[in-house]
Amino acid sequence: MRSAKLIDGSTGPWEIVIGMEVHAQVLSKSKLFSGAATDFGAEPNEQVSFVDAAMPGMLPVINKICVEQAVRTGLGLRAQINRVSVFDRKNYFYPDLPAGYQISQYKSPIVGEGEVLIDLQGGETVRVGIERLHLEQDAGKSLHDQHPDHSHVDLNRAGVALMEIVTKPDMRSSEEAAAFLRKLRAIVRYLGTCDGNMDEGSMRADVNVSVRKPGGPLGTRCEIKNVNSMRFIAQAVEFEARRQVDLLESGGAIRQETRLFDARAGETRPMRSKEEAHDYRYFPDPDLLPLELDEALIARIAASLPELPDDKKSRFIKDYGIPAYDAGVLVAERELADYYEAMTRGADPKLAVNWLNNEILGRLNRDGRSIVDCPVSADANSAILAMIADGTISGKIAKDVLDIVWSEGGDPRAVVEKRGLRQVTDTAAIEAAINAVIAANPQKVEEVMAKPKLIGWFVGQVMKETGGKANPQAVNDMLKTRLGVPDGG
Amino acid sequence: MSVDKDTVRRIAKLARIALDEERVEPMMNELNQIFAWVEQLGEVDVAGVPPMTSVVEQRLRMRDDAVTAGGDAEAITANAPLSEDHFFVVPKVVE
Amino acid sequence: MALPADPTLFTLADARDAVTAKRISSKELTGAFVKAIEDARPLNAFITETPERALAMAEVSDARLAKGEARALEGLPLAIKDLFCTKGVRTTAGSRILSNFIPPYESTVTQNLWDAGAVMLGKVNMDEFAMGSSNETSYFKPVINPWRAKNSNQALVPGGSSGGSAASVAGFLCLGATATDTGGSIRQPAAVTGTVGIKPTYGRCSRWGVVAFASSLDQAGPIARTVRDAAIMLRHMASVDPKDSTSVDVAVPDYEATLEDGVKGLRIGIPKEYRIDGAPPEIEALWQNGAQWLKAAGAELVDISLPHTKYALPVYYIVAPAEASSNLARYDGVRYGHRAAGVKDIVDLYEKSRAEGFGAEVRRRILIGTYVLSAGYYDAYYARAQKLRTLIARDFTEAFKTCDAILTPATPSPAFGLGTKSDDPVTMYLNDVFTVTANLAGLPGISVPAGLTSDGLPLGLQVIGKAFDEATVLKVGRSVEQAANFTAKPATWWRV
Repeated sequence: MRSAKLIDGSTGPWEIVIGMEVHAQVLSKSKLFSGAATDFGAEPNEQVSFVDAAMPGMLPVINKICVEQAVRTGLGLRAQINRVSVFDRKNYFYPDLPAGYQISQYKSPIVGEGEVLIDLQGGETVRVGIERLHLEQDAGKSLHDQHPDHSHVDLNRAGVALMEIVTKPDMRSSEEAAAFLRKLRAIVRYLGTCDGNMDEGSMRADVNVSVRKPGGPLGTRCEIKNVNSMRFIAQAVEFEARRQVDLLESGGAIRQETRLFDARAGETRPMRSKEEAHDYRYFPDPDLLPLELDEALIARIAASLPELPDDKKSRFIKDYGIPAYDAGVLVAERELADYYEAMTRGADPKLAVNWLNNEILGRLNRDGRSIVDCPVSADANSAILAMIADGTISGKIAKDVLDIVWSEGGDPRAVVEKRGLRQVTDTAAIEAAINAVIAANPQKVEEVMAKPKLIGWFVGQVMKETGGKANPQAVNDMLKTRLGVPDGG
Repeated sequence: MSVDKDTVRRIAKLARIALDEERVEPMMNELNQIFAWVEQLGEVDVAGVPPMTSVVEQRLRMRDDAVTAGGDAEAITANAPLSEDHFFVVPKVVE
Repeated sequence: MALPADPTLFTLADARDAVTAKRISSKELTGAFVKAIEDARPLNAFITETPERALAMAEVSDARLAKGEARALEGLPLAIKDLFCTKGVRTTAGSRILSNFIPPYESTVTQNLWDAGAVMLGKVNMDEFAMGSSNETSYFKPVINPWRAKNSNQALVPGGSSGGSAASVAGFLCLGATATDTGGSIRQPAAVTGTVGIKPTYGRCSRWGVVAFASSLDQAGPIARTVRDAAIMLRHMASVDPKDSTSVDVAVPDYEATLEDGVKGLRIGIPKEYRIDGAPPEIEALWQNGAQWLKAAGAELVDISLPHTKYALPVYYIVAPAEASSNLARYDGVRYGHRAAGVKDIVDLYEKSRAEGFGAEVRRRILIGTYVLSAGYYDAYYARAQKLRTLIARDFTEAFKTCDAILTPATPSPAFGLGTKSDDPVTMYLNDVFTVTANLAGLPGISVPAGLTSDGLPLGLQVIGKAFDEATVLKVGRSVEQAANFTAKPATWWRV
């Protein structure tokens, strides 16, 4: 039973109903129906073929890899792969749409119903249904700020393959919406079908939001277009839901409209262009034939799928015995999961995940890096963990070693040897240090009898005496015995 | 099927073709003449008949994913009525 | 066989033999046509003459001929319908909206011809965007049919949309011309100009670089003086093209090789539905003659029925405008072509550029097409028309179980006077009544000159064949041509 996530209005609780349409740019060398390149950031109109520019007499020819990428993504969404699909023309006029129509898929998309499982903070797993996935052409780009009276049109992006992924309206909170988008991004990155780079626009989300009284009929929805950052999804949903609740509770009605999210103001507002009802006059593109997929192609793609996040997460929990939450964090980025697994080859999996969470991720965040440019390799981390495990260094020294390798490079074992960071475990040496501290602090020896917690101070002193290299546990045990402090101190 | 003047204006708008007011009625009459003539298609029973998707039995050919075009912004913009730095230039579009 | 003294009167086949045998150089041949074109400006067949390019190409051809490296069409001058994009040479589609368009690419069909060594004389006139049956919708003014009725100076139309192609062949301004056919635009002008025109099976010739009108109907083909000439041209125009997804991968046979095989034993279907009430008796008589000629040549006549024939024209006038309305959306004044001046915003730019750039017939068909695709009407009109198209195609499949080719009239009338039919769109549309079925079913069809009206105007007979069976269509056409023995020529009234 799914927990209800409701927001409060002045008249009582409301349920938010969220659906999403995600446009994911397909990773391919050339465009969906033309041989022009798809790289980001080229000079204006340098990656445009005559077909993309919709010049007279030009015709579309479909890119085999784009088809395979769509099938691959469909399989990753556990979706129905439609053996026959049709390309339709969606007709409308806009300067970044050179032909005056977009080649898309209307009634017969390449992929049908599927699902994505998302994990929420509290440990709950929610199933978000996928309605369909279809292939379509991306449009070009217009710049409106180059000149007071003109817009400048660049068609480099026109014709790039997009997968439009439509969910069912199964999400009920801004957290779910954000989690869904993150999960979808992880899936396509795992599959290598889209790089999920929202900054470059290779993944964009349109979010449909409506509100209703729990158990009531669906409310009128508004579409928030082109939310182009993970950060803004939750914010946009929350603002819009609140806007709708306030409007309804004050006696107003929701107008079905398309809105833009203004990130600076943190609010949605209606799009300025006149909301004329679009009549797209869809009809099957007569320059193409229906796309027929043979079983061999689908089987080959299915056999080539990498382990996906959900399966990897289950395997990590089972094989490595780590908590579900930690496993979920690890598999969110394939590179992180791979890094972790590399670490498990040389270190205990549970220690490895804690180390990763506590030491590595924080430092990466601090430095604005991602796991792919982590200055310390998985093997280096395993080496550090191995040295902790065999007592060569203490946990505290290990962090110092990490910092050294992080900023200066080098092999951790070599660093420990060269800087003499080996942990002191020699009982005699520790005993000598304890003696020295006890001798220097007779008053504290008295106090510790009354206040057993003071043993921590002694431990600190002994550590200082040994230059931090004594094994703290051994120091603690020996001090307790020596000072006659009972356990529990 | 027959259209009225409002429909003619709406269709002209959809098709982005300016239609002077004095041309609306003549166009309406011409269109209605044609539409009256095509009405006879309603006589035929098309139940269960698939629409013609292609004239010959064949599969959609797919091409390899290779960069084989583009790289010539000059040729792309050579016929443009107005261009600047290889951009196409149009009156400012308000989003 | 003795060649005419005037090289512009050569057939393409004869010219081919003559240049190969070095009885005439390509330069001389081309020069003769260049002069003939200059003298034929009253016909208005050409939109863009390319004499310098033609002579340069002729020189290259002569060099190859001298070296014994002649290609199949080496040095043979042709006219190109202005619907085929020719690299570096203005291509207008007969429209103001493309009146200044210079394509940076060459259509596959014309590239095939240049690869075979042919020479380009220029771009010939046509109905705007191939929409018309009389060449009267061209922005570049109508083409005048070289043929005139007996004792008349009335200007007649050459048919359309390939009016310039037909007129240039009939007026001896080229050895042959490329053309396109969407509802009859090769066969109908051929029929009313006493020339041969063949529309091959849909997918036989590439559409890449041919300005699109109705994608599922458009097909390129030749107009020429004889069936043999048409066979030669078609062989080189046709190819499978990976750049055209609707291009079909079927080998191109040597159509010339089987041309004289005769029709013995072939079954010729005579469809009763092509007998139209009110058709001129001369047309009916010609059709019967044609049937008898084929019978005398050894063919068997078979009565067949194509029950959905009467719906073909209305189906066409839904499907073609619908596809055209979408294909012509790209003509918006942004990236090429005519852009209106003094516009206030982008919508104004679109609306004025298109209203100024497109002529009345094109605007009308775009509106029809936009309407039949629009919300609420798609199922009742476009979807229904596409289903009817399946029924029309099935009629032919059924008929071809009992015959190998079908004989019909090509047009319901001979060439008519300029301006006499342009008031009423539907009347104009009826010119395609015999031809449009082959486009809807995607089948090959040829028009062969078969006789003259009592006024001395040419009439043609049409042969329709099975998909990719152009060889049979040409063979039967050849048989009709032989029996008809059509030797009439228009008087060259335009050479004052």
